[in-house]
Amino acid sequence: MHTETLDNPTTIAPGTAETDGFNPAMGRDLLTALARVLPADALLSEPEQLGPYECDGLAMYRQPPLAVALPNTAEQVQAVLRICHAHQTPVIPRGAGTGLAGGALPRADAVLLSLARLKRIVRIDPLSRVAVVEPGVRNAAISEAAAPHGLYYAPDPSSQIACSIGGNVAENSGGVHCLKYGLTVHNVLGVRGFLADGTPVTLGGEAPDDSGLDLLALMMGSEGLLAVVTEVTVRLLPRPRVAQVVMAAFATVEAAGDAVAGIIGEGIIPAGLEMMDALATRAVEDFVHAGYPLEAGAILLAESDGTAEEVADEIARIEAVCRRHGAVSLATSQSEAERLRLWAGRKAAFPAVGRITPDYYCMDGTIPKKHLSNVLRRIAELSAEHGLACANVFHAGDGNLHPLIFYDANQPGDVERAEAFGLDILRACVEVGGTITGEHGVGVEKLDAMCVQFSTPELATFHAVKRAFDPAGLLNPGKAVPTLHRCAEMGGMHVHGGKLLHPELPRY
Amino acid sequence: MGPRDMVSDDAAVMRLADAVRAAGADHRVLHTVGGDSKRGLGGTPRGGTLSAEIRSIGMRSAGILSTLELRGIVDYDPAELVATVRAGTPLADLQDELAAHGQMLPFEPPAWPGATVGGAVASGLAGPRRAFAGAVRDALLGVRLVDGRGQVLQFGGRVMKNVAGFDLFRLQAGAWGRLGVVLEVSFRLLPRPQREKTVALPMPADAAIDHMNRLAGTPLPLSAAAWAGGALYLRLSGSEAGVRAALAGVGGEALPQEAAARLWASAAAMPMEVAGGQACAGEADEGLPLWRLAVPTTTRSLAAEGEVAIDWCGGLRWLRSAAPAAEVRALAASLGGHATAWHGNRARPAMHPLDPVRLALHQRLFAVFDPHGVFDSGRFDADADAAPAAASLPAPSGRAADAACRPASPAV
Repeated sequence: MHTETLDNPTTIAPGTAETDGFNPAMGRDLLTALARVLPADALLSEPEQLGPYECDGLAMYRQPPLAVALPNTAEQVQAVLRICHAHQTPVIPRGAGTGLAGGALPRADAVLLSLARLKRIVRIDPLSRVAVVEPGVRNAAISEAAAPHGLYYAPDPSSQIACSIGGNVAENSGGVHCLKYGLTVHNVLGVRGFLADGTPVTLGGEAPDDSGLDLLALMMGSEGLLAVVTEVTVRLLPRPRVAQVVMAAFATVEAAGDAVAGIIGEGIIPAGLEMMDALATRAVEDFVHAGYPLEAGAILLAESDGTAEEVADEIARIEAVCRRHGAVSLATSQSEAERLRLWAGRKAAFPAVGRITPDYYCMDGTIPKKHLSNVLRRIAELSAEHGLACANVFHAGDGNLHPLIFYDANQPGDVERAEAFGLDILRACVEVGGTITGEHGVGVEKLDAMCVQFSTPELATFHAVKRAFDPAGLLNPGKAVPTLHRCAEMGGMHVHGGKLLHPELPRY
Repeated sequence: MGPRDMVSDDAAVMRLADAVRAAGADHRVLHTVGGDSKRGLGGTPRGGTLSAEIRSIGMRSAGILSTLELRGIVDYDPAELVATVRAGTPLADLQDELAAHGQMLPFEPPAWPGATVGGAVASGLAGPRRAFAGAVRDALLGVRLVDGRGQVLQFGGRVMKNVAGFDLFRLQAGAWGRLGVVLEVSFRLLPRPQREKTVALPMPADAAIDHMNRLAGTPLPLSAAAWAGGALYLRLSGSEAGVRAALAGVGGEALPQEAAARLWASAAAMPMEVAGGQACAGEADEGLPLWRLAVPTTTRSLAAEGEVAIDWCGGLRWLRSAAPAAEVRALAASLGGHATAWHGNRARPAMHPLDPVRLALHQRLFAVFDPHGVFDSGRFDADADAAPAAASLPAPSGRAADAACRPASPAV
């Protein structure tokens, strides 16, 4: 909606090409140079060709790029980076374009570098349980390719049929099973790629724990600001023999939250642990008829996976905990079909909400679970204050909330109210010791919220780390980390412990 | 351990920050010390004197920065599976507190006597469970630190999922204190398994490597797979029913609980004690330098090159070798891995040298966190004044030379 608020990259790194200073003649030179290293069908610059690339999964922000490069090989990626670097032209890396925070939003003066055509599965080694893949390989395609060996790739973001592993690396994607099996950072063993100037870099690999600093971990979730990845080595896990899910309904969200604490307290790490409030439950039940009780204040889905013996034991304990915490109804899947039906509702939560409101704005805060009731009460108050409804869906095991704010983009002022409501929710998350984004990333969407979570010296450190990898500030500039100037203007400067630690530092 | 045991955080933190600022202004190097977890690698073996160590890493001049004042568990709610702890807290105190609530750190750190939480993070060393439950950095959720400018910074937080900002907290695991003084860390925890059982299956190393990798590809509740002294050792962890069923499948001879605990604790701290105490990994060669090689898990046995033990489901190889350091490192590199000079091994730098691209990135990151060169770990070749002549080092003493057959402090 307001791309003009994007930070000017020159405030991040002096010397970066500016949108305003864009020179058409230089653009022609750049395109000529790119055309020399790319196949004819791998360089798009006609306005009608650029349309599909003008936004990612956050469609409220749109901007066509100067050109789109669609290299087929790592060598072509390197050539594109070298040319753009020589022309001081920003490069926006893009995977499958499913990101929800605008991390792949183009700029008018930038080349959009799509990694979608690098989609070779280089190698699967069933004995050492690794897959080496190119970044454009879809998340789900890795598990499909590993299936004949009884193996799979564990992180399963909801967009897994479409999203690419390169995008997962950029966002450190999670998924429904990440409480037990971890995020992308826990499942990637190594990456190869290029720095902004085309210098090849290899981080990690099949040998554990690279020598020196853990630059591989730093790369995870860096939103395309530090390097462009052209090969990813991932760990594969044995597919569990059995999975079963318990669906428990509770009179209140508080009771469901207590049951979550009870399950963890019992020493169980469920493979999945999800919660929905009453509004979300009614929306999905109307839509997919998963069999959720409509009178419930909240429903909980808890999955167990492993060997038959482990699952039988864990399911019995989960059921007992739910009963102890006053579950008003309880259903446990007795077949794979039943398991999928119970999950269908949760998986359809977003589209189901989409049926009952013209538009919704999905938030992504994470909180310590013990504050769930407080934060939900706060969200209800904010809902009344802003005059917009809100349905709540959570990854309950890890405290990741997805409040879905209802609005109507055709109603004047609704978009702004939804954004203000969203920022207030994120503030509430930070206040209880949580974070503004659990899994969707900052992109362009949460730049303001970053000012709430981090202090000036912390943000300055992020910028300095960015410069260590990309001194010219050409890779995905303006994303993920707000300028100090922007935070000062917003007036949301975060102060640790209620006092300024370094009064000698300038505040913008 | 409770809030009453803590000194005022602000006062202690401010003293550390002031010391760092003063050192930066005077171009002095500071040596961050907690319970000596970092000592054995790149410095003297544990038990050597500090002054000897400071000589050994060739500091221009050195001051000691102790984190021991920063004690105590700040926040621990078992239902969150998260603990926030000050850096100077004894690791054993934290582990006792977690055990009292049926939980544990996932990465099974070496239980050096006196080790602190900050040292465990800075050294980034994980034990046998690492292959199945992750490394130190995998368990980190957030770190509060003083950087080389004396600024107190917080990265990450206390929640499981957090993608706001670069993961600079994970970068502190295995940074050996080079990027700052760690003040406080938040860990994600795991429930302690209801049941844990270790079995031994006698077989040669190559067969063991194949067998452990095959088993790891099947859905068994494995939590450790190692080889030493002619036998494969497998640890199964989980529910009573799950472990009982898995035991029937894997076969082998079960070890008594106490022997198993000693085996895995010693595997984390190395040298490894083989169960029952009858044999030690490579005891015949215990005077030879000990190397820790990280390699792809299915790498052939390196018996001919001095391999005495295998851990991490094949990913970690312990070598005792008289070969020159360059040769051991070339071997590791040719296998796609890297070699670290372990306790008592005088090769310098202790860490495997970096390729030129990563070296340049390290130097730039050191400049970001520590522009005045206050924190000099002496362990990375990226440090300008690291790697003094080996001849100036004291002779190995302490645990590496004399502890080969002595049970390490049990981790449990």
